[in-house]
Amino acid sequence: MLKRTLTAIGAFSCLATISVANAATEVQWWHAMGGRLGEVVDEIAVKYNASQSEYKLVPTYKGGYEDTMTAGIAAFRAKQQPHILQIFDAGAATIINAKGATIAVADLMAEHGAGFNKEDYLAGVRNFYADSDGKMIGMPFNSSTPLLYYNKEAFKKAGIATPPKTWEEFEAIAPKLKEAGYIALAQSHSPWIFTENFHSRHNLQMATANNGYDSTDVKIMYNNPELKMHWGKVKEWLDKGWYGYYGRAWGDNQDAFIQKKTAMWLGSSGSFGGLTKSAEFEFGGSFLPYWKSIVDEPKGTFIGGAALFAMSGHDDEEYKGVADFMKFLTSPEMQYFWHKETGYVPITNAAYDLAKNDGYYETTPDAEIGILQLNQPGGDWTKGYRLGYYVQIREVLYKHFDDIFAGKLSVDDAFAKIEEESNDLLERFNATYN
Amino acid sequence: MKRVQFSHSPIPYLFIAPQIIIICIFFLWPAAQAIYQSFLLEDAFGLSSQFVWFKNYKDTILTDAWLQSAGFTLVFSFLVTFLSLALAMLLAVKANEVIQGARTYKTLLMWAYAIAPPVAGLMGNLMFNPLIGDLYYFLNAMGWDFNHKLDSFDAGFVVILIAVWKQVSVNFIFFLSGLQSIPKSVLEAATIDCKSNLRRFWTMTFPLLAPTTFFLVVINITYAFFETFGIIDTTTGGAPGGSTSTLVYKVFTDGFRGNDLGGSSAQSVVLMLMVLALTVIQFRFIERKVHY
Repeated sequence: MLKRTLTAIGAFSCLATISVANAATEVQWWHAMGGRLGEVVDEIAVKYNASQSEYKLVPTYKGGYEDTMTAGIAAFRAKQQPHILQIFDAGAATIINAKGATIAVADLMAEHGAGFNKEDYLAGVRNFYADSDGKMIGMPFNSSTPLLYYNKEAFKKAGIATPPKTWEEFEAIAPKLKEAGYIALAQSHSPWIFTENFHSRHNLQMATANNGYDSTDVKIMYNNPELKMHWGKVKEWLDKGWYGYYGRAWGDNQDAFIQKKTAMWLGSSGSFGGLTKSAEFEFGGSFLPYWKSIVDEPKGTFIGGAALFAMSGHDDEEYKGVADFMKFLTSPEMQYFWHKETGYVPITNAAYDLAKNDGYYETTPDAEIGILQLNQPGGDWTKGYRLGYYVQIREVLYKHFDDIFAGKLSVDDAFAKIEEESNDLLERFNATYN
Repeated sequence: MKRVQFSHSPIPYLFIAPQIIIICIFFLWPAAQAIYQSFLLEDAFGLSSQFVWFKNYKDTILTDAWLQSAGFTLVFSFLVTFLSLALAMLLAVKANEVIQGARTYKTLLMWAYAIAPPVAGLMGNLMFNPLIGDLYYFLNAMGWDFNHKLDSFDAGFVVILIAVWKQVSVNFIFFLSGLQSIPKSVLEAATIDCKSNLRRFWTMTFPLLAPTTFFLVVINITYAFFETFGIIDTTTGGAPGGSTSTLVYKVFTDGFRGNDLGGSSAQSVVLMLMVLALTVIQFRFIERKVHY
């Protein structure tokens, strides 16, 4: 009896190995794209799997950005990591500074015959996920940048012709919008839009050591007069009823715009697709405003969103699949598809040209704004930042911005605390990763 | 004097072995891991680590954020425990007196028990949504300038309300069965001695319910400390300004959002000690007053 069972098990496991050997090599991809975005990711996988038979791409939704990162880390510690992990901008320092956790995509693609040329990528995209020498570690995937959306009906009602280019212009039109029954502005991500990109837009340094790219021994520079002036103004706008704050959740602030409570909303270039579906009024997009009093000509913004990282610890055959998929993903056709379906910017010049030649921007000019903004002239401080424990630093920002709004702390006190608490975190990160 | 020795059979140990093994694997081992981790400075991916003694404790405990969180946790736990016990007791006493449709009434009161904390949080979130929330509009219409996104008192009100609502039904079930186990004859005798309902409740029913109440106090404090996590995560997320972040929620955000394992472990060890102390106090000083 026992013998027979054992034979059966043996036979079965033989069969199992044969079927595995015949199947395509699986490439696991853990991502954070929910809702419509997740559907598009699945479509990409279907397209890729149909395009070849050697590899099978398996995308898995792991929750929000933080959830996906935590899941990836936990899996890595248990030696069960996926081949490709999507990590968002604020988590970049954690994964890139963990030496040996990932394989640089530039190396991976070059080694496995997929070819890699940095110049193929848009200027604004190249550097954010690169190391201090400019080598691309992560492959930018869903790349977005903050934009201004405005309700055209509201603007007509208030008698305003164009969206504000500068915050000075904003202050001039906000009372008119208030009179027309609207709160002028809401925005969905104060650390990203009103802090990080504020520095890029005005070409201000965010942190020492080249915004953190050169070293983990770095100090934050948020306690600067320009940023404090801005937040003093935002608090003033809130008190005057020009600015609406619906909590820190992205969607709650976007909903305020969709439901015509606010006339303008600062969101992501990636929000374009979703707005088109849900807003029942005509809206337009425009560049992120800047302070004329700080710069005459604004600089480009940082690229936001997330990148794909190749996790270490897999075998060569699988890495070939990863490289092959990355090549597929960065092809002009796929980038154009992703751009059109989601509103995220295409990351290569070829894809941008394809979209232009296809006449996409003639029919939907707003879809190009994000790329134009990313391609605006860069300065010393527009390529990005690399700061450890940045997810917690964002928490620190949120916390003290809340304090400013609630009138619990003055702007000066809030930024003194931000500086102190952020530097404590950066110090801990430096001690941990060195 | 010679003590009587019984010969010990190993069988009893065998019987309790599964329980001991479970405690070791699921409680002692993770706790030991947390203590060990709290002395390490380790990168998130576990590629390098160094032993740093109490640095993690020094960096994370007694900071402004931690003190704020600890203060909120104490107030929050006290209010949630007190309010949910008081309300449940009131409801149970009243439900116990209902004769017509008693079962329907009781079943309806127990319903909320089946709702998981995160779901309760999501429901509360909808009701307090500044754009579509009925309760949000109601409170503002009542003349309360209510905005839980900005005001920490209002935010505390939201999480406490939801946490209490969720817990009342559990307590209700226990109180009701506690009430039903009080012998009728005792109560009837009391009725002859004393006319006042209220007085009878405080002198007879309440002391007789004490074992149930004590058990529920322990359970409810644990609930307020740990299980309300889901409610906080889905409603305020600790905002505004970290004012509704309980210690457990802070352990979660630092450890699982921020990937600071050492700091997060240090905080959870301190939390463990706090709960241990609290439990000892409860059993030492409060249980003495309980008569079984």
